[in-house]
Amino acid sequence: MGEKLENLKIVKNSKFLSDFVKYRFLLSEIVRRNIKVQYRDSVLGIFWTLLQPLLTTIVLALVFGGFFGKKADGVSNYVIYLLCGRLLYDFFNQSTKRAMKSVRLSAGVIKKVYVPKYMYPLGNVISCFITFLISLIILVFFIIGYSFTDKAVPITPYMLLTIVPIIVLFLLCLGVGMILATTAVFFKDAEYLYDVFCMLLFYATPIVYVLNSMNMNKYVQLGIMANPLYSIISMFRACILDGQMFNLNHLWYSLAFSIVCIVIGALMFRKKQDKFILHI
Amino acid sequence: MSNPAVKVENVSVVFNLNKEKVDNVKEYIIKLLTRKLRFTEFRALDNVSFTIEKGERLGVLGFNGAGKSTLLKTVAGVLKPTEGSVEVEGVIAPLLELGAGFDSNYTGKENIFLYGATMGYSRKYIEERYDEIVEFSELGDFINVPIKNYSSGMRARLGFSIATAVEPEVLILDEVLSVGDAKFKAKSEKKVKSMFAKGVTVLFVSHNTPQVRRLCDKAIILDHGKIIAYGEVNEVCDKYDELVKGGKK
Repeated sequence: MGEKLENLKIVKNSKFLSDFVKYRFLLSEIVRRNIKVQYRDSVLGIFWTLLQPLLTTIVLALVFGGFFGKKADGVSNYVIYLLCGRLLYDFFNQSTKRAMKSVRLSAGVIKKVYVPKYMYPLGNVISCFITFLISLIILVFFIIGYSFTDKAVPITPYMLLTIVPIIVLFLLCLGVGMILATTAVFFKDAEYLYDVFCMLLFYATPIVYVLNSMNMNKYVQLGIMANPLYSIISMFRACILDGQMFNLNHLWYSLAFSIVCIVIGALMFRKKQDKFILHI
Repeated sequence: MSNPAVKVENVSVVFNLNKEKVDNVKEYIIKLLTRKLRFTEFRALDNVSFTIEKGERLGVLGFNGAGKSTLLKTVAGVLKPTEGSVEVEGVIAPLLELGAGFDSNYTGKENIFLYGATMGYSRKYIEERYDEIVEFSELGDFINVPIKNYSSGMRARLGFSIATAVEPEVLILDEVLSVGDAKFKAKSEKKVKSMFAKGVTVLFVSHNTPQVRRLCDKAIILDHGKIIAYGEVNEVCDKYDELVKGGKK
């Protein structure tokens, strides 16, 4: 019996690779579909990926600018500070939520045809990643716009290094997305709980405020620093706002966190995927 | 000479009936604490074994709840058997409930690619067959209209056209030959027969014994998850007809 199980595992592993090659077109179709359908029937279409962060940043700047903006010591440009945090948080929020629902929403297919199921959370994270990359254009506009004012952000080659926090963030979203997708199949409540969690996370991440300028309880501050989104956003801001190399501690911490999430997510997903059909 | 295309060996599928009802944390914890989380086992398939040789066409007969759909799902690879193993040689095309992979916001054209991708085909492969699919589905200009505006017949016709445009080695038919109007029905039966001529292996589920006699050469009867008859199609169909009459008495 044990030997048989071992054999099965070997077959499964080689199947993983051949499946990925065979179904790579499915992955690109899922990504394409998500992006196309999201903005279909809206007048402005894909422009919403730019307009939405623009408008929400304006709202946040109006609401919090007066209070936190004045306290933002050491931040050269509060609006760009806000926009950086907002864009990265938004990608995390959107992609993990969509990955979470992806398996349940494709129940129709999963119940009828054999498909590698991880394609669904993966495809959703990738499609959100693409819209996120498009939305970065708005950041470029802001940087150019401010370059004519006294709040200009220095344009440095370090800006190219933002690719590092962006990749780490992608890995984090994928790992968390896989964990959530598996959990949501068995407990639908998780979707509602996660909504609340994301709201908490918005405030537990220094998006609208600057961590060092707040008079916070030491433990709360430590808690915020343990949040990998804090490390990733800090890295991103260091490159954009301060024109300098990011703190390497932030990189190692967030990278390790993301990889642990991916490993846990992949193991959970693989172990439970045969049972999905009984629950969706 | 044995050359099996589908080999089903000692397959059992067991469902835990209660398990499916508990889908929120509160209920789960309460039931766990009060120890009411007892599972009733239900054997949808019980030690089923059979093989289909290449080019053979097997009909699966049985009353509602006999385990036919479960059997097809295990052969299609959607459902993993609790015990036993299923081996399938070659490309398998499930025609289970057509249109399962459609996105209703997508147009017919976009759905052809999405559906093809779901079945594991490449873009190039689908492009080569695109014209054939559109022509067979008789959708004409409607191919550029979102699927949500289609009638159920139009959807089914599109699904059937995509699923049969590819050249599978094993075909699973789940009462799909009753798609569309009489004209399309005749056309689809003709299409399936032309696939038979190319030597495709078929697993066909139906209640309709005349149709099974016409399309298959062997048949099995499932009852409560067990195979109670296996053999030449006419013998088995006679037996099934007798069972149906017996049930009516």
